[in-house]
Amino acid sequence: MLTGLTLTEARAGLEARKFSARELAQAHLDAIGRLNTQLNAYITVLPEQDVLAAADAADARYTKGEARLMDGLPVGVKDLFCTKGVKTTAASKMLANFVPPYESSVTARLLDAGSVFLGKTNLDEFAMGSANITSAFGSVLNPWRRQGDDAALVPGGSSGGSAAAVAAGLALAATGTDTGGSIRQPAAFCGIVGLKPTYGRCSRWGTIAFASSLDQAGPMTRSVADAGLMLEAMAGFDEKDSTSSNRPVPAFSKAVGKSVKGLRVGIPAEYRAPGMPEEIAKMWEQGIAWLREAGCEVVDVSLPHTKYGLATYYIIAPAECSSNLARYDGIRFGERKDAATLDGVYERTRAEGFGPEVRNRILMGTYVLSAGYYDAYYLKAQKVRTLIKRDFVQAFEQVDVLLTPTAPSAAFAQGENMDDPVQMYLNDIFTVPASMAGVPALSVPVGLDSKGLPLGLQIIGRHFDEETVLSVGGALEAAAGFAHKPTLHAEAGV
Amino acid sequence: MSYVIEGKTGSWEIVVGLEVHAQIVSKSKLFSGASTTFGAEPNSQVSLVDAAFPGMLPVINKECVAQAVRTGLGLNARIYLESRFDRKNYFYADLPQGYQISQFAHPIVGEGTIDIELSNGEIRKIGITRLHMEQDAGKLIHDQDPTKSMVDLNRSGVALMEIVSEPDIREPEEAGAYLRKLRQILRYLGTCDGNMEEGSMRADVNVSVRKAGEPFRTRCEIKNVNSIRFVMQAIEVEAARQVEIWESGGEVDQETRLFDPARGETRTMRSKEDAHDYRYFPDPDLLPLVIEQAWVDELKAALPELPDAKRARFQSEYGIPFYDAGVLVAEQSVADFYETVAKGRDGKLAVSWVTGDLFAALNRTGKTIETSPVSADALGKMLDLIADGTINGKIAKEVFEDMVETGEGPEAIVEKKGLRQVTDTGVIDAAIESVMTKHADKVAEYRSGKDKLFGFFVGQVMKETKGKANPALVNGALKSKLDA
Repeated sequence: MLTGLTLTEARAGLEARKFSARELAQAHLDAIGRLNTQLNAYITVLPEQDVLAAADAADARYTKGEARLMDGLPVGVKDLFCTKGVKTTAASKMLANFVPPYESSVTARLLDAGSVFLGKTNLDEFAMGSANITSAFGSVLNPWRRQGDDAALVPGGSSGGSAAAVAAGLALAATGTDTGGSIRQPAAFCGIVGLKPTYGRCSRWGTIAFASSLDQAGPMTRSVADAGLMLEAMAGFDEKDSTSSNRPVPAFSKAVGKSVKGLRVGIPAEYRAPGMPEEIAKMWEQGIAWLREAGCEVVDVSLPHTKYGLATYYIIAPAECSSNLARYDGIRFGERKDAATLDGVYERTRAEGFGPEVRNRILMGTYVLSAGYYDAYYLKAQKVRTLIKRDFVQAFEQVDVLLTPTAPSAAFAQGENMDDPVQMYLNDIFTVPASMAGVPALSVPVGLDSKGLPLGLQIIGRHFDEETVLSVGGALEAAAGFAHKPTLHAEAGV
Repeated sequence: MSYVIEGKTGSWEIVVGLEVHAQIVSKSKLFSGASTTFGAEPNSQVSLVDAAFPGMLPVINKECVAQAVRTGLGLNARIYLESRFDRKNYFYADLPQGYQISQFAHPIVGEGTIDIELSNGEIRKIGITRLHMEQDAGKLIHDQDPTKSMVDLNRSGVALMEIVSEPDIREPEEAGAYLRKLRQILRYLGTCDGNMEEGSMRADVNVSVRKAGEPFRTRCEIKNVNSIRFVMQAIEVEAARQVEIWESGGEVDQETRLFDPARGETRTMRSKEDAHDYRYFPDPDLLPLVIEQAWVDELKAALPELPDAKRARFQSEYGIPFYDAGVLVAEQSVADFYETVAKGRDGKLAVSWVTGDLFAALNRTGKTIETSPVSADALGKMLDLIADGTINGKIAKEVFEDMVETGEGPEAIVEKKGLRQVTDTGVIDAAIESVMTKHADKVAEYRSGKDKLFGFFVGQVMKETKGKANPALVNGALKSKLDA
């Protein structure tokens, strides 16, 4: 089945002309046609003729022997990346009708590499959420079901649409963005691979900002090798983003399969959070055992400031978002709500245009930056962030990578964790520290829990050392041999 | 004695500090490639960054940084090799991002000084606290529609320097002198055109009053004053207002005020309670701005000569008085004009022609030094004609007027009008003979001791030669003839 391939397999099939890019694209459009109403993974599906035209162009390049890195591979694009001439909403009413006249740097690179875009995937509004329930265009459904239970599960967030699409066969791969775990946690919840690269690896230009010092684009795929391949296409210096790195982009796709013998894997003591479900702890132990078998040396390490990670994150990210989202004021963006005064226009437009989670975070961010509170919150948080970053740098003097669970639980049901925002924020507890430090981190699906839901482990590496992360991820993937499919997927019942 | 306000309870001193917003001369904006040309069609010079489209990011314009560094160097100020950009958050329709990118905590330029000259010739040093770069906002236009305001984003994102002075200013005149001097330096450096009418330079004025020896009292900030004259007026009326409040037992509130030149008063714009909380924080889209000392040195080496240095050099190199040198360097174009005229010639003669006859002619014809009908080269040639005796000073006035009139060169005019000075001693001797014959009685008087008559004879000989005789030759020949 064409919708069940990895990028690497599909690329080889296209190269060998076993099938055409048009067939591949058509299979995905059909799958979207069958399943998207249920999953709500895409906000916008591109017009069929546009998708097929892109596929035909890819086929022509294959015929001429000029195929590129991602040629003819159908992918979904998180609806946070501006795409020229294609509506880009950030899953917000504010941008419900926004059609950018420009292409984000990351998607432009993917297009240059020959990718065929299928559509724009759903997400939490402005990428704020861990369950993909804050989208103005409806929640995304996780294609997985608990055994013997029909409860609708969340796909994780904020890149929930991308994760669900990749898991269910509605795209071979998809782009995500990760601010505090938005690639890794939904990847874990949906049983796929998600990589948050080093901050600065992928340009942020043209990606709608949530928290500028944390936002980083990355691939969401079905294999670790695919993550390397797609990152290779996405990454690279961009003079339009002052925070993008001008380091050369290695051939990430070649990192998988390298021996991990002798690599030192750190197990951070502080991640053994009290109340961690036993199944998660067990899976972690299993992961440690697999890597030890693969020849890695396992070392206990300490990241003493981990416990402040979440609190610090929920000061810095909202602070930046409160400023980044100020531009959606009804003057140029958003449906303007008339009022007697300019302030009234702002108040009404923003109260009605943003959903409750976004409003919460803007309020928190505004508060922590306010005169009299700045030092106690924002400044203190920045100092703690420096300490968190130092924790990682020091740990990486002893070890090559860290291994942790990706999330403290498997996917939960819609409606769960909804009363208490703090409970919801705890989903990010293992993913946030790497975001704060700016280091690369990968989630790999390694098994199912007792209810049949996927669990992921996270590999965290040194700044700009995605290659080692991918190598270790590859080893873990090989050992785990995760081949389970979700209840809802393109190949089921066809 | 310095400026004081005599109140009912005694004398009050004023304390003033200025924040000058100077638009940086650069082709493109501080963080985008859009053009900065003044007067373009509304919203024709707006990039996606300036209009704050989603996902757009600022990228610093190196030329603007260079201009800020040059300005800092010109103000004898400390240059910080590492500075930062912060966001100043507030909502307004002319501010698409919802924040202004500015340098709040770590400016690029620190403490410096400016020497100002007062009308009595006294020189005072005014401290500069800092200079930082920031983005300008757009412009709201309220008079196009009865119910709507229009937004023009051409100015949105244009680079500004905010130059903050110490509260060292003690009289309105000093504030005027400070602004003029600052503008002069900026223009010399080419970092700001200093054009207050077009808004490329505007001042926020901080005013407080106190009795001698007291610590500072509460200050008020008068926003966006757009001419030097208004700044001086605003200080005067604001200081008087504050004295009245204090003397009637009240308290001056710290607030932001506006100056209304038509009514000659300041009034509240925002009280302290309504003051914005700008929620400054470091802009996460921009890395700290790090520059190299070597680059600063390079910029320093390439700086033009600044007014104070030029004035001193003019004084020593051309032997002209301090005052005259000051007049010449007030505008760089005048200084350059003068220097072309004076180079290799009599500097004192040059200054009297430039600041005397030339200025008068420009004034009369409504022209500027840039559009002067007499070029510096032409005026120089005319001075050469005086020096080599082709014409004398009196004839030169006539030649100059003709140059102003026709734009022709001095040689051509001298030839055309036959104004060449008479140096032929035969002609001069003949004229002397004629005069002595005509005025034989006066000759006798002179010879009997009435020396004062010498001037009379010179005048008569000049008249006889229609003013063209070389005065020195006339003097010599006349003396020997009369004394014979």
